Amino acid sequence: MSVLTGSFNAGESSVTEAARRRHFGPIYSRNVRAVVARGLMATKSSNWMVMVSGFFEPVLYLISMGVGLGAIVGSVQGPGGQEISYAAYIAPALLAVSAMNGAVYDSTWNVFFKMNFAKLYQGMLYTSLGPLDVAMGEIFLALLRGAMYATGFTAVMGVMGLITTAWAVLMIPASVLIAFGFASFGMGITSFMKTFQQMDWINFVMLPMFLFSATFYPLSVYPQSIQWLIQAMPLWHGVELLRQISVGVFTPATAVHIGYYLVMIALGVLLTTSRLRKLFLK
Amino acid sequence: MRVSELASKESRVSSPSGAAPQYVITAENLTKRYGDVTAVDGISFRVPAGEAFGLLGPNGAGKSTTMKMIGGVSQRTSGSLSIMGLDPEQHGPEVRAHLGVVPQQDNLDEELKVRDNLLVYGRYFGLPMSYLKPKADELLEFAQLTDKAKSKVDALSGGMKRRLTIARSLINEPRILLLDEPTTGLDPQARHILWDRLFRLKEQGVTLILTTHYMDEAEQLCDRLIVVDKGKIMAEGSPASLIREYSTREVLELRFGSERNASVGAELEGIGERLETLPDRVLIYAHDGEAALEQVSARGLRPVTSLVRRSSLEDVFLRLTGRSLVD
Repeated sequence: MSVLTGSFNAGESSVTEAARRRHFGPIYSRNVRAVVARGLMATKSSNWMVMVSGFFEPVLYLISMGVGLGAIVGSVQGPGGQEISYAAYIAPALLAVSAMNGAVYDSTWNVFFKMNFAKLYQGMLYTSLGPLDVAMGEIFLALLRGAMYATGFTAVMGVMGLITTAWAVLMIPASVLIAFGFASFGMGITSFMKTFQQMDWINFVMLPMFLFSATFYPLSVYPQSIQWLIQAMPLWHGVELLRQISVGVFTPATAVHIGYYLVMIALGVLLTTSRLRKLFLK
Repeated sequence: MRVSELASKESRVSSPSGAAPQYVITAENLTKRYGDVTAVDGISFRVPAGEAFGLLGPNGAGKSTTMKMIGGVSQRTSGSLSIMGLDPEQHGPEVRAHLGVVPQQDNLDEELKVRDNLLVYGRYFGLPMSYLKPKADELLEFAQLTDKAKSKVDALSGGMKRRLTIARSLINEPRILLLDEPTTGLDPQARHILWDRLFRLKEQGVTLILTTHYMDEAEQLCDRLIVVDKGKIMAEGSPASLIREYSTREVLELRFGSERNASVGAELEGIGERLETLPDRVLIYAHDGEAALEQVSARGLRPVTSLVRRSSLEDVFLRLTGRSLVD
């Protein structure tokens, strides 16, 4: 049987030997793409519906709030001081929310299941994958999904006539940045969760963040102390960043928003990798 | 620690140098504590390339923990460990590139189809598709799962899942195959097929590290084994040498009925080398079982049933680790 006679004796020249001579680190084997490939293959066969519903949620908000509520509100002041329609005001905020939701769903519920029930990571970490490969692969999948949502939503904005500048295309990569921040952190936080009840805490944090992060009205309605609290939250930075891009108005605050996410990503990846290491390489 | 690492690096299998034994695994004073609990308590062993090496012991003896440390997915508390000349803690991915692992519980990817499980797992090792596609088909054949290639994993029976897990562990043509209770839950046919496959892998020069609860399995497969209890090595050797050392050639099993077994014990004193009284039977360990049985009859004792059999590894195991349940 060729399995047994295979290339084992062929030694150094065989394909498996070549794979063993790759460059390895202690926690990284430069093989993130294998984790990504696995995710795509699994998505193909299973959770299409969940993915589609995740896309429609912000679209429905945009239609009901933007069009419905917008008829009463009329036009509001945009980031540059110009008058824009209410729908155009909330659309970039909803895009930021959608990037967040996609990334968080993938990096929390999906990861929670794979970690505690499917035992997927245990299997992966018994191969030559390191925890960093696994973390980066899973996060990349969340980003891919975030990018798809963002592209779709931006297209919907275009169709609804809410895009007035070519800068708006940059909302797509900016959404990926936002998704990256949430995904890297989400996965790290999920690694602490042991029960479904604890997982509900994630929703408990996400919902108020969605409602109050200057999503539907400007931050200036709050007293100063509340403003500071909201400005410390990640979603507010995402909302503001996308809102600025949507009208092509850039200020020093733009750099702060981007910087916020870069730090969040770095900390999130660090947290996730160290947690995976602690959990599975104990 | 450094020195022993270097020493074993010289004897790596990849650079065959001749007659000297080449150890693929060297463990010295390997210790693992979880809080107050010492799972593995300073064990030392060396496994030469191509050997089938067994870890035997009751539940909780530290077998699985030892396996995990070999795979670099559990960090030792102290001691040294070298796999193919590498410390699995420092070179986890690199060490695991040489390993095939069959964990105690199947952890197949339920979201993927049967054949895709093999392909994806191979990708984790960085293997190219051009190699993996024919290899996956060969392994499906090997595991007798060819007609299930496109099935979902959860549609497989327990035995099929086990076979798929074993097929999966071979995808990277491992130098060392770690098998944690590989045949638990398999029917006799499947076990014998698996033994045959493992034996052939051994012929290929693959080193097998095996934990099992089945003594017949250990006798069949292992060149050498250690019996572990409470994290310590109780005995080490080939199955035959362990039987020689810790048991007699034959065992005479006598049943007098559960009421009488205990009381008869005293009357049997002096027959054979050792006597063990169990609730359901009395065991007499003797070089010649038939002769012992004659002595029993000569003393006027009439057992309900009697059986003379060869000593087995199970006798050794029970002698070393005791008969009481460990939880």
